[in-house]
Amino acid sequence: MAAKVVTIASGKGGVGKTTTTANLAVALAADGHKVVCIDADIGLRNLDVVLGLENRIVYDLVDVVEGRCRLRQAMIKDKRFPELHLIPAAQTRDKNSVSPGDMIRLCDELRPDHDWILIDSPAGIERGFRNAIAPADMLLVVTNPEVSAVRDADRIIGLIEAEEKGPARLIINRMNPTLVKRGDMLTSADVHELLAIELIGIVPEDESVIISSNRGQPVAMNGNKRAGAAFHNIARRLNGEEVPFLQLDSRDGLMGRISRLIRPGGS
Amino acid sequence: MTEEIQNNLIQIKGIRDGLLVTVGQGEWDELRRALLRQVEDKASFFHGARLVLDLGDRTLHAAELGSLRDDLSERGISLWAVLSTSHTTEQTAQVLGMATRLPSPRVSRARGSQEGGSAGEKAVLMQRTLRSGTRLSYDGHVVVMGDVNPGAEIIADGNVIVWGKLRGSVHAGASGNPSASVCALELAPAQLRIAGYLTALPVRRFLSGLVGKKGRSQPEIASVRDGQIIIEQWNPKEK
Ligand SMILES: Nc1ncnc2c1ncn2[C@@H]1O[C@H](COP(=O)(O)OP(=O)(O)O)[C@@H](O)[C@H]1O
Ligand SMILES: [Mg+2]
Repeated sequence: MAAKVVTIASGKGGVGKTTTTANLAVALAADGHKVVCIDADIGLRNLDVVLGLENRIVYDLVDVVEGRCRLRQAMIKDKRFPELHLIPAAQTRDKNSVSPGDMIRLCDELRPDHDWILIDSPAGIERGFRNAIAPADMLLVVTNPEVSAVRDADRIIGLIEAEEKGPARLIINRMNPTLVKRGDMLTSADVHELLAIELIGIVPEDESVIISSNRGQPVAMNGNKRAGAAFHNIARRLNGEEVPFLQLDSRDGLMGRISRLIRPGGS
Repeated sequence: MTEEIQNNLIQIKGIRDGLLVTVGQGEWDELRRALLRQVEDKASFFHGARLVLDLGDRTLHAAELGSLRDDLSERGISLWAVLSTSHTTEQTAQVLGMATRLPSPRVSRARGSQEGGSAGEKAVLMQRTLRSGTRLSYDGHVVVMGDVNPGAEIIADGNVIVWGKLRGSVHAGASGNPSASVCALELAPAQLRIAGYLTALPVRRFLSGLVGKKGRSQPEIASVRDGQIIIEQWNPKEK
């Protein structure tokens, strides 16, 4: 077993990186995969909250890197999924306490015993971002169908390309069909056409995402919710399955949209 | 480490565009530390300086270049340009929004050119999409095989030719040449300038220029005529 390291990045903050990391972790674990998530958003940790593991933190990422505990001690086991673990971020440290080399070493230590290592990255392109992408085998770029979020996603993709990292896959989060129909929001085809990387998921705007995150039970634990289903689909696509995209926006011909969506990206 | 060794690692001199730092051979980490040490030793000299870094054929990735820029900016210095013969380094600098050529007056002086603002026949070819945040400035023509996305910027002393969709900002004839032109398979820039002219045409765009006009687009060319920028369909037969 050799885990694949997947880093979730965005450029802009608040687009849904942490939500995506938590839900993909749950979806992959529910399918029987061994998953460990790493919260690389040092100083602003919140993956533990969304996963409902906040009250069980003893050691964190910086403790591991600085040798104050063994790796296993910092891995919080999720009781709902025996094969899901979290390495939380330090709450009070600055991001320079971890280096890209530390992240690569850490992941190399985790790889043999897991299927997936998911890294939640901070917003921006500074040191924390470079830490998060250093060990990545694949990047998931999360954006919202908004001009400013897409602009920042484009910037991040440019950096990923310059770093010769990748492949990068696109997740469009918070798609709102009503706004698209009114012509007030970019369609997923618009976003995909501009960013020109392969699309791996479209997640609808869904208030149950917020409600379930607040309860520490990611929405993917509830298969009835549309956003939950979307995250399960992404998990299956990560595993190489071909899963049709949910039909979330249709400003013009429905079939035309679908065929455009599943066309792979330009690069 | 002695002053002398440091001077073998890096060389600093004043130029018209700020301070030019030339790095020598050796481990990047060591050179980087030498530079930061210089900067700290002579903090008052460096404070507020604009730095041009000449890296020769060294290959640097975004992590290294980005962290150096962060370190310098923490010390009140802006790293605005990187010169390198390595394509990776040059591309990385462009993605980080740094200049990779110095403005032309210096270059033409160095080459003894009499042409002043004219870009002559020099051209650079970019075989990739220029994504948001990328800034490319060149004292000749610029040819892009790929798109120029919103948030990317091209500044050329000569013409700009985009074999793709142009949705970023472009300034052709930037050193004052109004006979420069801009053409693209899909011409929908956020901003278009030629020499001192700014396009006054209604910009055809949808949702802040993120997406170009819908449907099939025609190749178009922008040039200055009668004191304003006009955009016409590209018609090779007329040329
Ligand atoms: N698909 C969605 N529908 C509704 N709310 C969402 C969705 N995705 C994320 N959110 C909410 O948006 C906010 C920011 O999400 P978060 O994952 O913390 O972003 P990031 O980690 O990128 O900063 C959170 O309150 C989250 O619950
Ligand atoms: Mg987050």
